[in-house]
Amino acid sequence: MAGIPHDHYEPKTGIEKWTHSRLPIVGLLYDTIMIPTPKNLNWMWIWGIVLTFCLALQIITGIVLVMHYTPHVDLAFASIEHIMRNVNGGHFIRYLHMNGASLFFVAVYLHIFRGLYYGSYKAPREITWIIGMLIYLCMMGTAFMGYVLPWGQMSFWGATVITGLFGAIPGIGESIQTWLLGGPAVDNATLNRFFSLHYLLPFVIAALVAVHIWAFHTTGNNNPTGVEVRRGSKAEAEKDTVPFWPYYVIKDLFALVLILAIFFAIVGFMPNYLGHPDNYIEANPLSTPAHIVPEWYFLPFYAILRAFTSEVWVVQIASFITGGIIDAKFFGVLAMFGAILVMALAPWLDTSRVRSGKYRPMFKWWFGLLCIDFMALMWLGAMPAEEPYASFSLIASAYWFAYFLVILPLLGVFEKPLPRPATIEEDFDAHYPPKTHAAGTTPAE
Amino acid sequence: MSHADDHDATRRDFLYYAAAGAGAVTTGAAVWPLVNQMNPSADVRAMSTIRVDVSGVAPGTQLTVKWLGKPVFIRHRTAEEVEKAKLQDEEAMGDLVDPLARNDNLDPSALAVDANRTMPSPEGSDEPAETWLVQMGVCTHLGCVPLGDSGDFGGWFCPCHGSHYDMAGRIRKGPAPQNLHIPPTSWVDGTTILLG
Amino acid sequence: MFKKLSLAALTAIGLSTGAYAAGGEAHVEDYSFSFEGPFGSYDQMQLQRGLKIYTEVCSACHGLQYVPIRDLSALGYNEDEVFAYASQFEVWDPELNDGDGDFRTALPTDQFPAVTSANAPDLSLMAKKRAGFHGPYGLGINQFFKGMGGAEYIASLLHGYEEAPECAPEDFPGNYNTVFTAGGYPPSCLNEEGHHTVPGSWIGMGQPLWGEDVEFDDGHSNSLESEVEDVAAFLMWTAEPKMMQRKEAGFIGVFFLLLMSVLLYLVNKRIWAPIKRKG
Repeated sequence: MAGIPHDHYEPKTGIEKWTHSRLPIVGLLYDTIMIPTPKNLNWMWIWGIVLTFCLALQIITGIVLVMHYTPHVDLAFASIEHIMRNVNGGHFIRYLHMNGASLFFVAVYLHIFRGLYYGSYKAPREITWIIGMLIYLCMMGTAFMGYVLPWGQMSFWGATVITGLFGAIPGIGESIQTWLLGGPAVDNATLNRFFSLHYLLPFVIAALVAVHIWAFHTTGNNNPTGVEVRRGSKAEAEKDTVPFWPYYVIKDLFALVLILAIFFAIVGFMPNYLGHPDNYIEANPLSTPAHIVPEWYFLPFYAILRAFTSEVWVVQIASFITGGIIDAKFFGVLAMFGAILVMALAPWLDTSRVRSGKYRPMFKWWFGLLCIDFMALMWLGAMPAEEPYASFSLIASAYWFAYFLVILPLLGVFEKPLPRPATIEEDFDAHYPPKTHAAGTTPAE
Repeated sequence: MSHADDHDATRRDFLYYAAAGAGAVTTGAAVWPLVNQMNPSADVRAMSTIRVDVSGVAPGTQLTVKWLGKPVFIRHRTAEEVEKAKLQDEEAMGDLVDPLARNDNLDPSALAVDANRTMPSPEGSDEPAETWLVQMGVCTHLGCVPLGDSGDFGGWFCPCHGSHYDMAGRIRKGPAPQNLHIPPTSWVDGTTILLG
Repeated sequence: MFKKLSLAALTAIGLSTGAYAAGGEAHVEDYSFSFEGPFGSYDQMQLQRGLKIYTEVCSACHGLQYVPIRDLSALGYNEDEVFAYASQFEVWDPELNDGDGDFRTALPTDQFPAVTSANAPDLSLMAKKRAGFHGPYGLGINQFFKGMGGAEYIASLLHGYEEAPECAPEDFPGNYNTVFTAGGYPPSCLNEEGHHTVPGSWIGMGQPLWGEDVEFDDGHSNSLESEVEDVAAFLMWTAEPKMMQRKEAGFIGVFFLLLMSVLLYLVNKRIWAPIKRKG
């Protein structure tokens, strides 16, 4: 593996050499766990470990739940109650899985915005970024299909509305929707395929995570300064880095355990806080709940979907140009997927030479505004589709696109970046000055 | 190396061991629920004891109920059957394939006499002591369900491989190694048997 | 910067989840139940009283189809009492009558019967499918101390029957309830802007509890106030029977994790000390 020069695994005993020449798995694990990591990483670099934990948590609790769940429209809801009432500890495992999805998304959003602020998407880490976006898409698919499985009212109507998005595709939309559902409406066939895919996708995510890690282990981690680790020699690299084990493993575990304490408090004392009461009503195809709201982590994109109504001039122009093929409904769908697409294209839209937002005085403000914008969209997604929320949604959606399509390209041209440290070592030493005068008395470690 | 270093190193080691130990305990505590969830759930456990109303079981007939997924034969013997079983007792003892009672209500070493195979009559009943015979309807050979009122000994006969059980459910002829097993039983009231 | 943003993000999540309240403007009274908050637990005597009210009043129209009768042992009843309680119900057993099915007396291993005759909703999960609390500021954080508010909603609704307001026509179908918001509403009670002039709406269910509907063996109060609280507490139990076990597991989890975090904090500090030149 190319990358930062460091010590590699050296098989010593006979059995080690024998294994290593046949399957160098110990060497692979050693290189992965001992990877040189910039020594100036801050607390925003913990989310990778938190996310890995979330994936493991969801897969393990999920496999357990499948042992007791029945994917059938007549039995699914009752089988969840069976888990909640009869299975040993089933109620807690189910609540862990339910809230685990929320923890997963909290972590992924912080992870993504960390990347957006410190320019982690920029060359040479574009592939890491793109794979990250694919993981995010898979997560959304998995979470959406998982939400259908309890077969409550929100499950059913969420599935109906979201698959309806595909029905908006001109010409072939209806056939695609029917194909997705396995019938004219959400029914047993839908539940069964969603169950199958909900079980499959996490393993796809796990594979993508491996590639994600592979990619950034090749380029090396980004860090708060955005300055690359020196790779001239091992000695030089060691001045900028520490091995991942034990330094970052312990640090990340500490953060993870603290976050889990909060997580357990939520699961133990208010497990339905992030859920919707209507999902405790069994699915009824004949009656729609008064307020259909997606889970909180979909709300920003749900707000973008709803923002583009037929009164919006962009939509009218698009409709006029395409001769009505792109109507408001389809435009909304395009906008929603486009919002993720422009984020994925950030590596090529951002023209600044400087990687980290820390040294970009103008960028900081626009980025802060983007964070506020994201939260505003989340809030608007939960509001009813009426004024003034509709206008706010439109403004907030517009800013999302403007940030990636206009502001990022232009900032690189107009912005005058601040001076940056030459090396990671210099940045680190500025925070933790070397004790030069005491060098003689301090025992060498 | 000074003593101060030694002391420091011990303290550091202790901290590391404490953290590793706490980590192991936490991980163990997390694993146990994942294992335990595969044990029988509350609804299954609730079925491990059932009440059977035997008021409708006339003398000379047999009621078959399902318990723990398996059939249980509840035989209400007539006075003649009790007599016959006593005769079989005399002719068979000492010559049995399986000399043990196989009765979960008794000591495992109890012998397979008729009195040890049958259930005591309910309190206040005027029927003789050996009237009720409750046993698992599972052949001890390979698990088939034996037929009642048949076989060479007037008891049960397993059609799968030809095991003959006598009127007390003892194996007398054929490949089965043990007498029909007797589940834990007790009387709830004069007409209700508690299984399990 | 990220700290502030994370905090703001939490706020946004709270706002968005709490926003479901939009629509109904009815006031849900904040009853103080024994099971609220991280340390709260069910009051067995109250649950027993609630069961009695359910059995004697509610069960005529409402089922509890997801609740196994054997779970009543958690209310402090012994095996024989549960058995006797179960025997008052008839359940359908598809295995009887040579597979054609037949009714038989219910056993503790059966669920409470589902009642479909009155077209009334099942009550098993009623306390979880109605959320009474969204505060403060729509954040819903007060659920930590007060629970979801489903039990409060039930108690408030049962207490919310009032004389129909004068604006409504005499023959308007249903019963006026100040807490129920999803029911019918006469156009004559709207003002010029189309807003409701009186709270609540008209509910199909007639007032079920009036006070002194049941007699308790221990002579506990059977006033309307007391009855609605008891039956609401009982329905919280039917919806979330494992609440105590859940809180206990939550406590053990939080305790262990906090202990781990202290140890890991110290370990982390120590291993980084030489790197940060603090050793």
